[in-house]
Amino acid sequence: METLEQVLTPEEQFQAHIDADIRIEPKDWMPDAYRKTLIRQISQHAHSELVGMLPEGNWITRAPSLKRKAILLAKVQDEAGHGLYLYSAAETLGTSRDQMLADLHSGKAKYSSIFNYPTLSWADMGCVGWLVDGAAILNQVPLCRTSYGPYARAMVRVCKEESFHQRQGFEIMQTLCEGAPAQKEMAQEALNRWWWPTLMMFGPKDADSPNTEQSMKWRIKRFTNDELRQKFVDMMVPQAEFLGLTVPDEKVKWNEARQAYDFGEVDWNEFWAVVKGNGLCNHERLQARVQAHEEGAWVREAALAHAAKRKERAAVTA
Amino acid sequence: MPETLAGIVPAAPNLLFPFVLQLADTSLILAHRLSEWCGHGPVLEQDLALANIALDLLGEARSYYQYAAELEGQGRTEDDLAYLRSAVEYRNPLLVEQPNGDFAHTVVRQFLFDNFHYHLLQALKESADAQLAAIAEKSLKEAAYHLKWSSEWVIRLGDGTAESRQRLDKAIAALWRFAGELTTPTTTETCLQRLGLVPDYAALLPAMEAHVAHVLGEATVPVPEAVFAQQGGKMGRHSEHLGYLLAELQYMQRSYPGLTW
Repeated sequence: METLEQVLTPEEQFQAHIDADIRIEPKDWMPDAYRKTLIRQISQHAHSELVGMLPEGNWITRAPSLKRKAILLAKVQDEAGHGLYLYSAAETLGTSRDQMLADLHSGKAKYSSIFNYPTLSWADMGCVGWLVDGAAILNQVPLCRTSYGPYARAMVRVCKEESFHQRQGFEIMQTLCEGAPAQKEMAQEALNRWWWPTLMMFGPKDADSPNTEQSMKWRIKRFTNDELRQKFVDMMVPQAEFLGLTVPDEKVKWNEARQAYDFGEVDWNEFWAVVKGNGLCNHERLQARVQAHEEGAWVREAALAHAAKRKERAAVTA
Repeated sequence: MPETLAGIVPAAPNLLFPFVLQLADTSLILAHRLSEWCGHGPVLEQDLALANIALDLLGEARSYYQYAAELEGQGRTEDDLAYLRSAVEYRNPLLVEQPNGDFAHTVVRQFLFDNFHYHLLQALKESADAQLAAIAEKSLKEAAYHLKWSSEWVIRLGDGTAESRQRLDKAIAALWRFAGELTTPTTTETCLQRLGLVPDYAALLPAMEAHVAHVLGEATVPVPEAVFAQQGGKMGRHSEHLGYLLAELQYMQRSYPGLTW
């Protein structure tokens, strides 16, 4: 009797594992392209957590109540933690955090396009939680079953905190919508600005998404961009109605036959412009990260130098 | 209005109110400063640590504000106290309103504060005022973590590279003059100390000085000579930094008064 290993190539064995829903672990053989795709995706995800601290961090010092300030601060802290989990998950694939950060700072690695939009009012904290985290959850919940073990396990932890954030964002919106007219206006104005950018978070249309087919086959992805975008619209339109807000899309309409909402076309020119670095805040966001890294170099060097001195002293006394 | 002993006769709760408010302001202002680091720290782990400390201090500030509002009994809330008082009404010491500067400035400011805060809370948890004692007991656990963090960073920066040492020296030179205010009692504090509601700061000094000597020794940094101690914050006379900080902190409540968020 011949074993599986004797009759199947490594690629075929790998695919057989994937098809049987067996998780791939760091020491397992994997195709180079699988490794590269995952490094790209996980590091991009980690960078998004890192850059995503900035638009919300922008309002911590101006939050309108101490309770909201505490919630926002806790949330941004969670995001830093998510960044750490994800960098660690990516490192199991043989890259390093230094390398990933260098790629972010040089513009080679991307982060989510959504964080290139500015936060202009307090209601933006509501929209970021409700819509942006809502979109992130739809993207991320299926990733809890993604084929690469360390990524899937990181996502389980991320998703728990993320759903908490999303509820808090919705609660901010609800408070605004039940508040004074000026607060309701603030909420509507923010929804007008954030609606389309959040639809863009699901990525290009399936027809224009070159990585989708392979990623689905490797079970890195479980749903296509368009499927998730549709789910998002179906979930969010009733919530907007509940809040008494209007989604800024005249074409949004319930389609009885499809049992789903029809909706208008995303402005793909804007999407590609932002992805290519030409959104309103691309420059500021990247600049803030590069500056933090450069200005922090002496701190990291000091920590290393001190650790080395300690080690040396310990060796002498041993 | 200058505080005079003669002017202070009322019962303890009326004296406790300004003191609890002072503790609240102190924690809030420092939390605010630390939160400015969010997303800009030298490394992700320290971004997390700074946000963590900020969050602890903010939580502590809220407990104190809630208690102060209760002591005052005028129906004001924690938010009224934080967002609707002007700079001359704020009672935080000058140290905590100092700008972040570089990481060394932030570390030294934190170290000076944590050393006082930790020792104060340790004594305050024995206060005859039960509520104050309870808040102190909870906060002490956090302050112990903060003091560990800032002490370790003073050591790393002092005994790290030539550059980190130079930056630490500069931060110490800039901030040491604000340390003395922490342990110099105001008239209110003196009264409360005599009533046994607040610890005698002089009694905290030996332990505080011993910790400074230990940490600076590890950091290979000489303990600075005594300097002229700046005073004023605890009596509402601040540096120019506080006005800008409050303009930012209070902007929403000032623009949209009386609403729920």
